[in-house]
Amino acid sequence: MKILVGYKRVVDYNVRIQVKPDGSGVVTDGVKLSANPFDDIALEEALRLREKGIAEEVIVVGIGPADLTAHLRNGLAMGANRAIHVVTADAVQPLTAARVFLKLIEKEQPGLVILGKQAIDDDANQTGQMLAALWDRPQATFAGKVEVADGKAKVTREVDAGLEAIEVDLPAVITTDLRLNEPRFIKLPDIMKAKSKPIDSIEFGSLGVEAHDHLKTTQYAAPAKRSKGVMVKDAAELVAALKQKGLL
Amino acid sequence: MSKILVIAEHLDGKLNSSTARAVSAASAVKGEAIDVLVLSDAPEAVAAEAAKIEGVSRVLTVARPENAHPLAAVLAPQIAKAATGYSHVFAPSTTFGKDVAPRVAALLGVAQVSDVMSVEAAHTFTRPIYAGNAIITVEADAAHTVVATIRTASWPAAPSGANNAPVEALTVDAALPTHTRFVELKQGSSDRPDLQSASKVVSGGRGVGSKENFDIIYKFADRIGAAVGASRAAVDAGYCPNEMQVGQTGKIIAPELYMAIGISGAIQHLTGIKDAGTIVAINKDGEAPIFEIADFGLMGDLFKIIPELEAALGA
Repeated sequence: MKILVGYKRVVDYNVRIQVKPDGSGVVTDGVKLSANPFDDIALEEALRLREKGIAEEVIVVGIGPADLTAHLRNGLAMGANRAIHVVTADAVQPLTAARVFLKLIEKEQPGLVILGKQAIDDDANQTGQMLAALWDRPQATFAGKVEVADGKAKVTREVDAGLEAIEVDLPAVITTDLRLNEPRFIKLPDIMKAKSKPIDSIEFGSLGVEAHDHLKTTQYAAPAKRSKGVMVKDAAELVAALKQKGLL
Repeated sequence: MSKILVIAEHLDGKLNSSTARAVSAASAVKGEAIDVLVLSDAPEAVAAEAAKIEGVSRVLTVARPENAHPLAAVLAPQIAKAATGYSHVFAPSTTFGKDVAPRVAALLGVAQVSDVMSVEAAHTFTRPIYAGNAIITVEADAAHTVVATIRTASWPAAPSGANNAPVEALTVDAALPTHTRFVELKQGSSDRPDLQSASKVVSGGRGVGSKENFDIIYKFADRIGAAVGASRAAVDAGYCPNEMQVGQTGKIIAPELYMAIGISGAIQHLTGIKDAGTIVAINKDGEAPIFEIADFGLMGDLFKIIPELEAALGA
């Protein structure tokens, strides 16, 4: 079976995000960009399924501008067989991204689609669920463990109450949580090898997906800051201060 | 005028307090009606609880055996059908709401507003992006149903008790899939307060050092009647289970008192606690970022300080 993996490029998680003074966006010029951490986990899981012989081919998918190819090469260096680059200069919202994936699914007929549970830029946490709905297939979100056998996947999900296990028929959409695996590091020879792996470029406009943005962002603001408090000298002073505030 | 449908979250026949928080957000829309939808195999007890929440106009129940467990693929088609005639569909931004709401939105062919922090107007909301390092104002298209998840830490639970909303059984004509099956739920067994709704939370981080050492955190939390949380580092290291994680990818909480013990305060953790009333940080590293946002900081060895705190609390 084939596995499609969403591989989004985002501002690196170590970058301290600054809102532009005019409120028109956040500063992204010159900041370090990296793979969305959850997508690295998604790719790692797909590669492990291939290494176990459960999957034959792992395809990384990116939606973005022309220079996204360098990012997709990282996915190839990590071990994906090939990449699909849906080329658009515009940012796409989750519903549009889900519609793009649905088009690719119709063509590629994957047994599994693995996506990060959220991208750490917009923190939307939507695309996988939306894709599963449009595809009319199961979703197993927030996966902490994935076991695939006999055309089914047993997925242990990290939920607020604890760990929930569900069984889904394939094909299905899985979204990854943090503890699913630890992504491998890219080795130098793999970077060389990745140079000869194929990247299919598809113009967004040719897919017949309507970019229907129901949401308009009208303003960006810095969050309200908590002011720095006081240092207390010992436990007794701390307890007294909290008691005075009625907290203990 | 706006009509809002709030999706109830419940477990083991009890309504989750996140539902009352979503009702608060629904009230802020200032519409003409707020209906709560309870999908369950046996919705009666949950519906009775929901009917008491102030601001709720009606409670609608869908009783089907398939609704025994909250499977998004099973619930979403029913919610999408029930959403007819509503201007808004709200769900709490918990793992339940995050799982099901986008599936509903896609079935309705609309976008979703995730993690609503404030309602500025019926179709204008604020929400956090970049782990809360930026807050955006988003406008949803008024021509379509707005599907949104409500950031529970931003909203107080709507008070319960004074209301007695009518409960009505709803029949929804939706074909339900069998491709997704519940296997089991392993819940952390704990008599402690619920982390998401507790007024006091004590959290431990990497500085606690081991699973065994975490006992000192549990013990202290029990002493002051607090829920117990943890940083991602502590969960990753296996000191405590995943459901205790507080932060960008864990639980976002807003207790009156938050005590971070042995937690350095990575930005992803701070995202989960910045709405707390009072933040206390105890850490041996005086340069730890947690001190930048703490109302009270105490530098030192947690294994020495916690017994001192217990002593200072008195008998």
